Amino acid sequence: MRARAPSLRRRLVVQLIVLSAGLAVALYVAVRLGAERASEATLDGILGAATSTIAEELRSVEGGAELDLSPGTFSMLAAMGEERIFHRIDINGLPVTGYADLPLPPQAPTALQPVFYDAEYRDADLRLVAVARSLMIENRAAPVLVIVGQTREGQRAIALGLANRAAALGLVVFLFAIPFSLLSARTLLRPIGRLAEAVGRRGGHDLRPVRHPAPAELAPLVEQLNAFIARLRQTLAQTETFIAEAAHHIRTPLATLRSEAEMALRQAGDEPTRARLRGMIRATEESARSANQLLDHATVLFRADQKAQDRVDLGAMARALAERFQPTADLKDMEICLSLPEETLETSGDAVLIEAALRNLIDNAVKYSPADSTVDISLVDDLGYARIEVTDRGRGLGGETQAALAQRFRRGANVGGVVGSGLGLTIVSETATAMGGRFALAEREEGGTCATLWFPRSR
Amino acid sequence: MRHALVSTLALILSVTLAWGFETEAERHFGPENAPRIRVLGTTDLAFFSPVAEAFLAENPGLGIEYLQASSQSVSLAVDAEGAPFDLVISTAMDLQMKLANDGFARALPPDIVQRLPGWARWRDRLVSIALEPVVLLIAQSALNGQPPPRSRRDLIALLRDHPETFAGRIGTYDPRISGAGYLFLTQDARMSDSIWRLAEVMGRLDARLYCCSGEVIEGLIAGDLVVGYNVLGSYAAANLPEGSGVLVVPMEDFTITLQRTALIPVNAADPDGGAALLRFILSDVGQDIQAQVTGGSVMRPESFTSQPWLMPIRLDPGLLSTLDTMTRDRFLAEWTAALDQP
Repeated sequence: MRARAPSLRRRLVVQLIVLSAGLAVALYVAVRLGAERASEATLDGILGAATSTIAEELRSVEGGAELDLSPGTFSMLAAMGEERIFHRIDINGLPVTGYADLPLPPQAPTALQPVFYDAEYRDADLRLVAVARSLMIENRAAPVLVIVGQTREGQRAIALGLANRAAALGLVVFLFAIPFSLLSARTLLRPIGRLAEAVGRRGGHDLRPVRHPAPAELAPLVEQLNAFIARLRQTLAQTETFIAEAAHHIRTPLATLRSEAEMALRQAGDEPTRARLRGMIRATEESARSANQLLDHATVLFRADQKAQDRVDLGAMARALAERFQPTADLKDMEICLSLPEETLETSGDAVLIEAALRNLIDNAVKYSPADSTVDISLVDDLGYARIEVTDRGRGLGGETQAALAQRFRRGANVGGVVGSGLGLTIVSETATAMGGRFALAEREEGGTCATLWFPRSR
Repeated sequence: MRHALVSTLALILSVTLAWGFETEAERHFGPENAPRIRVLGTTDLAFFSPVAEAFLAENPGLGIEYLQASSQSVSLAVDAEGAPFDLVISTAMDLQMKLANDGFARALPPDIVQRLPGWARWRDRLVSIALEPVVLLIAQSALNGQPPPRSRRDLIALLRDHPETFAGRIGTYDPRISGAGYLFLTQDARMSDSIWRLAEVMGRLDARLYCCSGEVIEGLIAGDLVVGYNVLGSYAAANLPEGSGVLVVPMEDFTITLQRTALIPVNAADPDGGAALLRFILSDVGQDIQAQVTGGSVMRPESFTSQPWLMPIRLDPGLLSTLDTMTRDRFLAEWTAALDQP
């Protein structure tokens, strides 16, 4: 098993979910702190104002101070929720009324600046404010300290309620984020899938650059892919050119060698020498044939890319080829039966390739047929296609499949002593594909092979 | 030596058990050795007994120990002495509020608190068990055929016009002694300034001051008094015999309406018992018994619409302001000055 990098989709989903979870938590904390601060500021304002009012209600009277605490002030302080209230008034640093043990402020307040502070008192968390003023008592200014404290349970409950609601909202966002991130991951990754599909749909020999529209983020990948395809194409072209060159260079000396050997055969007297020369001629033939087919194959590969659009009269071509093979057939006492329609069946494509394909089919039929048999060539119109059938009474496919036989240099197991390169059917198959047609090879029930080629009819 | 220590401890214990506060009455309900719910209250024993007996009829295995004391004593008992009662009932709303505010009250079970409307409770610590109008009592004989006064202004005019009838025969609370009396007066003063004129008139007519409603009512029955000002309506309804010739007059300018409140102290030995009794008092059965005994002093919020002059005293920390020492001193000084004419 190959090690795989973590899935892009999973990474994307995890990141989105973590992000939204973080947002939900941040929302909770922000709302909680915000609500607490806002309500604390408001309540501090009320507490400060109430305490200042109480401080102002202190009046100097003969022998001390007088205070009339208003129930309204206390009710107001308790109105927000149902809070507990404690107060303490010190004159000259001594508690004179209220709760004498109420905690004092951490620093002394001034007349202008009240001091707010928190303290614990009688099992309650108090928010306190201390306000300072001075009072003329017996002709002397006496410092007065007024402290009022309240619990803030209602405020805390409200802040907590708000924060919980925000957290619930955050949770809802979080829950929505899961399907949303799955969806967006799929949408984001869809172009990659499409590109892969477009590349995968191409034929085996399609080495054109990829022109599929891809998002900017995928452009580098496509560029690299195209560069790679270009390199591959160049390498392949070089190889094919080399093979064609080689075949061409071999063919000419082989022809010379053959005619030399034939002349020697004619002049040779003794039988062992003649037999050797005949072997030599057969081997030369075989080599020449291979070279021809290599050349044909290279031509197919080269020309398939050129996409030539000649108008090809298939009937005329079949007739010309049948005539060309007639001498070879005559040698084996064979008959080539041609069955052509009255109308002209045309296809558009590369005439050289179509000719090479047909030639190979007829060549195979003649080559693998026994002596004194018939090869049928028929051309019919088949639903917008021109169908050419070449039927022989030879040895059939010998159990091999068409796909296997169409491979390069692959020959059937039953070729026996017949000369061949294994490239013939490859050329036929590749030509059919390049011309937008189809090739089928089947064994006939009464023995022999039926090869069928379809080419689209041109209008 | 050791003996002496033990006896000293016993002495301390007995003193502690006897408590420092004054009680007015004491009674045990139920079987002698049954577990007891200890109740401290200002409610007259006669009013409390039917409720206690009905509760014990429903809960046969229990007993109730009831101590009756003045509102000041009740507050002192819980606050300064930390007496472990299971239920504390008082008419002095301000003192009860101070106990609750200062953290002497325990949180009540939610089922008790949630049933009550917002005005009948403070947080989950203090609940109202009865509404009691504070009324004027006047002897028919003193009116000379005139209709009874319907407001404080009428009362002031009546007193001023007939000093010979009323001199020395007006009774009211002494706010210096009675917590409830102080509460009623401060609430009067909060509602209207007419209380100060009334105080002056009553002072001129040598009004007599009492510790409690019961004594004012007794004075009226005996004929020593012809006017009782700021008397608890429930006591009047229960204690005035048929044909006594004393009228119960609600003041139509405003009638202070008290909420009798209950709390369970933090140091209660049997808070569940106290809660059970409180639950019974607030139940329909308990409220009906109270209504029968006191002539209608129960939690009937609809009476506020039929009698719009009923002004309920708000159960909130506003009550604490008048308990402030300096505020109280100033108020009482002013009251005394108004009452004590030179």
